[in-house]
Amino acid sequence: MTSLLPRVLLGAVAASALLAGTAFAQDYPTQPITVIVPFSAGGPTDTVARLVAQAMSADLGQQVLIQNVGGAGGTLGAGQAAAAANDGYTLLLHHIGMSTAPSLYADLPFDSIDDFEPIGLITTVPMTIVARADFEPETLEELIPYIQENGEAVIYGNAGIGAASQLCGLLLQEALGAKMTEVPYQGTGPAMTDLLGGQIDMMCDQTTNTTNQILAGEIKAYAVTTPERVESLPDIPTAIESGLDLDVGIWHGLYAPAGTDQAIIDRLSESLQLALADETVASRFAELGTAPAPAEDATPAALAETLASQIELWRGVFESAGVAAQ
Amino acid sequence: MDLFASLALGFSVALDPWNIFFCFIGVLLGTLVGVLPGIGPTATIAMLLPITFTLSPASALIMLAGIYYGAQYGGSTTAILINLPGESSAAVTAIDGYQMARQGRAGPALATAALGSFFAGSVSTLLLAYFAPPLARAALNFGPAEYFSLIVLGLLVSIALAHGSIIKALGMIVIGLLLGMVGQDIYTGQPRFTFGFRELFGGINFVSVAVGVFGIAEILRNLENEQTREVMVKKVKNLWLTKDDFKRIAAPVLRGTVLGALLGVLPGGGHILSSFASYSAEKRLSKNPQEFGKGAIEGVAGPESANNAAAQTSFIPLMTLGIPAHPVMALMVGAFILQGITPGPNVINDEPELFWGIIASMWVGNVLLVLLNLPLIGLWVKMLSIPYRILFPSIVLFACIGCYSINLNLFDIYAIAVFGLLGYLLIRFGCEPAPLLLGFVLGPLLEEHLRRAMIISRGDPTVFITRPISATLLALALAAVILALLPSIRKKRDEVFVEED
Repeated sequence: MTSLLPRVLLGAVAASALLAGTAFAQDYPTQPITVIVPFSAGGPTDTVARLVAQAMSADLGQQVLIQNVGGAGGTLGAGQAAAAANDGYTLLLHHIGMSTAPSLYADLPFDSIDDFEPIGLITTVPMTIVARADFEPETLEELIPYIQENGEAVIYGNAGIGAASQLCGLLLQEALGAKMTEVPYQGTGPAMTDLLGGQIDMMCDQTTNTTNQILAGEIKAYAVTTPERVESLPDIPTAIESGLDLDVGIWHGLYAPAGTDQAIIDRLSESLQLALADETVASRFAELGTAPAPAEDATPAALAETLASQIELWRGVFESAGVAAQ
Repeated sequence: MDLFASLALGFSVALDPWNIFFCFIGVLLGTLVGVLPGIGPTATIAMLLPITFTLSPASALIMLAGIYYGAQYGGSTTAILINLPGESSAAVTAIDGYQMARQGRAGPALATAALGSFFAGSVSTLLLAYFAPPLARAALNFGPAEYFSLIVLGLLVSIALAHGSIIKALGMIVIGLLLGMVGQDIYTGQPRFTFGFRELFGGINFVSVAVGVFGIAEILRNLENEQTREVMVKKVKNLWLTKDDFKRIAAPVLRGTVLGALLGVLPGGGHILSSFASYSAEKRLSKNPQEFGKGAIEGVAGPESANNAAAQTSFIPLMTLGIPAHPVMALMVGAFILQGITPGPNVINDEPELFWGIIASMWVGNVLLVLLNLPLIGLWVKMLSIPYRILFPSIVLFACIGCYSINLNLFDIYAIAVFGLLGYLLIRFGCEPAPLLLGFVLGPLLEEHLRRAMIISRGDPTVFITRPISATLLALALAAVILALLPSIRKKRDEVFVEED
């Protein structure tokens, strides 16, 4: 008897939770949704998140709020999202770091694949290979042999281990088969300062951070790193056009904690697709030098596939570059 | 477009009634969050970003800028009244400002801070208008080697002036340096002193350290003995400056403004040095250096002006080059982008109304701040008579909320508790928290720039003396040490950071 009562209670609780769950899913959302952005407010990822959240709020009829939980390369915020209730009211918006974290951090409190339900891809921000205005090579065709000849005499700035600018640099060096001198900074802002001041030679960073300086002629741009040219920088060729096998973009995805009701995931994915089709979102994204993901990519399946393949890709890149998990 | 026409354009934007209204909202909010311990402009601007979506770009940015420099005003209020600095610049104000408050001169201290800030703000707004592009260009000549030398100079000037408890001061700086080392090394990704806590990967939160070692430690000390407090309240005499006070603050305000305006332009951490540098300079130039740390009004006037001047001119790298100088400026970049404007070299040409409107609004904001703050001094001073049993729990509560709101990291709150106890122990052992904070703030910058300069020079240490600006700064640092070692001058030396009688 004493052992039966708790079980009955447990069963009742489980059943009512299940019932509540379905009721939940049907008229979801009934309260504001919080999207955790694992970086500080005002950064490029935060900007993407706020633009999308605003458009999704309009569709869902509930406020979609952004909560910035920065620290440890985005793993603190992701960990918090993984541990959140899977009721659809706490989501995570994370970028490529979701796929590099497993290789960069030991003892992560979450698993990028098992602890999340993918909702959809949001955008893939292209990167630009840039240099100080008076750097010798004029085009990517000239840059390739220049780096191969001068190797470590070329000073390459990045925003630290795991940052977009470092990832691009790793792939660039791998593609060129040459090693440059890497100088890490606390974020790309200070790195850009030193590039403008001619203290360092090169950088590879998201269009978000470089477009304005490129258009003003303050720095030199050699190539964009995505397969297609960028609308805001029509004159800059792609790396592939110039004969360099380099395809890297900072992709952003939206996730829910594992175990979130499938109906909720579908509702969110649909809302994300609507948001990405929104004109304001598209025009703001264009100003940032990127474009919204097409509807077929803003789906759970597409994000799941991207995530899995990127985890594998970066594991290999870090291994060959000798970067160990901390 | 000449300066006059540009400023006229700017004022036509800034004096639009709607924009004046948002400017006022901004400086009011800024003052309030500055006064509330722990809640800084970073958290406030982050929270308000979504609201600015609906405003016009000019109104939105004018309001956010107002929050930033309004918080600089407000921050000094808590530093003076309850020894609770919200950021590194206010920590310097707390040294002499709080001592003035303990002597019943909280009113003059607050008035000095307000007037000094107003003067500095107005002058550097003009500087911003006139010299923004060339200054930003000049600042670009500062590479890692120059920043390293500048910080060495800053540290040495502070140390060279210390005497008496020089061992304790050095010890405090070293502890500060070690605390500053906590977190992931940006060069290798190697975590240092994190003991397996990923919450520490980003380092210890500055606000937690400052609130702990200054504010909480002070509360603990006050709890030992209620009598000092009664003295403090009873002694409150005049709220306004005397003629003599005005004479004493004129030169420090002027020097602080120049120093702050120049350092603020440097995007690599110049603004952090401004108030420390001004304090050291005033102490060195003062005829009565022994008064410093015991309520010298110059010790409030100089750093407060320097800090506010730097706050204004730190907009220069942002608006002319698109480079954020510190976290608040990074948020401003976000605000610009959300408005569909990428800050950078083009803003001044493409959006002249916005560029000049923001600059003109800074002057308007400074006027509003003085009008807002001077009448409030009496009210703030009354705050000192709030009973401890209400005041202390409120301070702790607000500080915790403020710290938590920055990163939503519980660790930051535990850190307040730990540093509060540490700060209390330090007071009991007769050590001063200010050098600790100096080490904590400057140590990581020193290391970062040293290593970066060495990586870029590919291991060649002569880079520090072959680059002219760096060499000049190091020569000045050497001169400071030699001067300090000369026996004739040693007599005049006293501690830079004096916390207690």
